[in-house]
Amino acid sequence: MTDMTPHVSPEERPSPRGSTAQLPREELIRIHDLMIEGRLLEERLIRMQRQGEAYFWIGGPGEEAFNTCLGLLADKGQGLDHDYFHLHYRSSATLLALGGKSIDALRQMHNTVTDPHSRGRNFCGHFSVREWNLVPITSPIEVQYSVAIGTGLAQARQGGKGITIVQGGDAGSAEGDFASCLVWASRPMQPLPMLIIVANNQWGISTAASGQHGEKYISDRGKAFGMKTMTCNGNDPETAYFAIQEAMDYVRTERRPLVLECFLSRLYGHSSSSGANYVEEEPDCIKLIADKLDQRGWRSHEETKKLTEAKEAEMTEWYKQVLTEPKPDASEVHMFTFAERNHVGGEA
Amino acid sequence: MATIAQAVRMALHMGEAHLGVTDVFGEDVGPPLGGVFTATQGLKTAWNTPLDERGIIGAAMGLALAGCNPVCEIQFCDYAFNTIDLLKLCGNTFWASAGQWNVPMTMMTPVGAGIHGSLYHSHSFDGQATRIPGWKIVMPSNPRDAYGMLLTAMADPNPVMVLLPKALMRAKAEAPYEVIPGEPDDARELRKRIDAPIGDRTGWVPDWPDTELDMIAFGKARTLREGTDLTVVTYGRLARVAMRVADQLTDEGISAEIIDLRSLHPYDWDAIVASTRKTGRVLFLNEDTEVTNFGEHLIRRCCDELFGELRVAPRLHAGEHVPGVGLAETLEYASVPTADSVRKAIVELAEAPEVGRSMRDQPRIVRRQPTIDVTIDARELQASVLSEYAFGGRHR
Ligand SMILES: Cc1ncc(C[n+]2csc(CCOP(=O)(O)OP(=O)(O)O)c2C)c(N)n1
Repeated sequence: MTDMTPHVSPEERPSPRGSTAQLPREELIRIHDLMIEGRLLEERLIRMQRQGEAYFWIGGPGEEAFNTCLGLLADKGQGLDHDYFHLHYRSSATLLALGGKSIDALRQMHNTVTDPHSRGRNFCGHFSVREWNLVPITSPIEVQYSVAIGTGLAQARQGGKGITIVQGGDAGSAEGDFASCLVWASRPMQPLPMLIIVANNQWGISTAASGQHGEKYISDRGKAFGMKTMTCNGNDPETAYFAIQEAMDYVRTERRPLVLECFLSRLYGHSSSSGANYVEEEPDCIKLIADKLDQRGWRSHEETKKLTEAKEAEMTEWYKQVLTEPKPDASEVHMFTFAERNHVGGEA
Repeated sequence: MATIAQAVRMALHMGEAHLGVTDVFGEDVGPPLGGVFTATQGLKTAWNTPLDERGIIGAAMGLALAGCNPVCEIQFCDYAFNTIDLLKLCGNTFWASAGQWNVPMTMMTPVGAGIHGSLYHSHSFDGQATRIPGWKIVMPSNPRDAYGMLLTAMADPNPVMVLLPKALMRAKAEAPYEVIPGEPDDARELRKRIDAPIGDRTGWVPDWPDTELDMIAFGKARTLREGTDLTVVTYGRLARVAMRVADQLTDEGISAEIIDLRSLHPYDWDAIVASTRKTGRVLFLNEDTEVTNFGEHLIRRCCDELFGELRVAPRLHAGEHVPGVGLAETLEYASVPTADSVRKAIVELAEAPEVGRSMRDQPRIVRRQPTIDVTIDARELQASVLSEYAFGGRHR
């Protein structure tokens, strides 16, 4: 078996064209707008790294369709009655769909003191928004699957509609934390309302899943724990939307875990370390949705082009703004080592 | 009068009743056993987890981030090593999110040798723990400190690690300041009120004594014993060993000041400075392996900040840098400090010639011959807790 053989062959993946179910025009247009911004943001980040305005890039080109729908369908807010997010470093489109600003992502990329996620401390894509229950995204692969157990537990006790959403890649599912998540989420004495997502792009940096994973679908592992599992085509926003919606409805109302595996592309390789060049061979969700909108007569390619140019001009303004903003002062290095108050416990 | 295990239990009860503790959990922590050292019996919020240390730390973090106040236990610190990156994450979450997400959780875990626990029930964790910034780390040596520092841990908005010397789990107060305010004097009475009964425990509820919510601030050492010739800075199990050795050495004319650091981060540098200035001779004593040992950090600071005031080079007496603590007593005693080796280290420090003076000018500590038996029965310090836990425990 060569390392290039896909782990799950294209025929076995949910259809790239998706299901026949359609979203209303406005909803698909809204998704498209967000996806365009998400892609332009990532491409800007890549350029910034190339131009020496940032040290490292990693991000989510290829995950826009799925992640935008995830952000739009989630229940955003603070506290147990809303959803908790334990995302990964390819989640920029989710952030935008939740209402996050591209300029803040640019700030993190340029490690300015104005970066609201980490104040110049962390890599790009490592978002943190307490007001929306978005816990800090972190570099170690899969720790989020262990930490998510705790918010899931708190929400299981709370009842109501709030759920815990946790997302990681295919390669990282080999880590013990993924197994921990499956075990703890399905304890007979207290099942947890967790939407466990695997974003399967078939790669872990340079290592193909085909050589490392004997299980056909990673989501099948949930079956051993009595969990409902689903797969979906993450490159098509309509398929992804309906799959996420179904999965979320189940977790919200049944208060039980579900594993959702989406198949999607990794369009600029792993990160700046691997060159961050566009990958022609993989399906591109931005092109697919533009074709779809054009075919349906909902938005022509010409309109898409214009919109993209307008958004790009805006992105350029944000980018220029960020370049003028200061870096953190060296004296800040000890700041926030210890908390004086219990912020997460509600103290101001 | 409480043991450390009972002190932990009473503190956790106070945490549940007054500090908003929502969860006390870990392997075998909930009913029926209530912890392999019985430290979590009778608690309202205690529950059992899957056998998964990473899950335990992750769950505690997530609960804390969701606004709960969890206390988790790692059954033996020997099994916390596979959680190190989660402990790191826990320590850096507030910092990485620039002050958004503090992680108010307490992790407690039994540490150290002294119970014939061989390779995987004898590890120390202070060396590892103090290398993880963002955590507060404490190690009590008596029931009062265990009680008071655990209360402080549960009230702190940061992650706190409470390292419990497992050989002292059955140790009781030996001095008035080691007594918990409000606890019954009579050990038997306390046992009856808060120890789970043998056999069926289903209907049992503890009758908690009215102990006070009296916290012990982090970062404050306790001078267990004043002395003039030298300083020993220690913590945990070896604080008690050092005290006994020092008591005996008085009869030989050596006056040792013993400092129980109690809190490893933040630590009481002022107390170390004051005592070291006074004596000019300092020994750092702990049982973790000696290479990149926490005591080495303290020695470095002494050299940086007190060099001119030291009479002799500061010293470390710690565990041997060997892969494990062996089961045979001979091996265990050759791996970690014992009363005899502590005694030897103190005497050598007392007798070391002063730096920069000729031998002729050395002020002498004149040692007298011991008038009493100086050998200490190490077993005396090793309450037989291992045999009590899980295997032959009172539960079964
Ligand atoms: C625990 C851990 N090990 C190794 C790494 C280095 N690393 C970063 S990304 C990555 C591959 C992750 O692959 P996958 O989980 O499939 O996610 P993808 O990057 O493909 O989205 C590796 C090995 C890491 N960040 N964390």
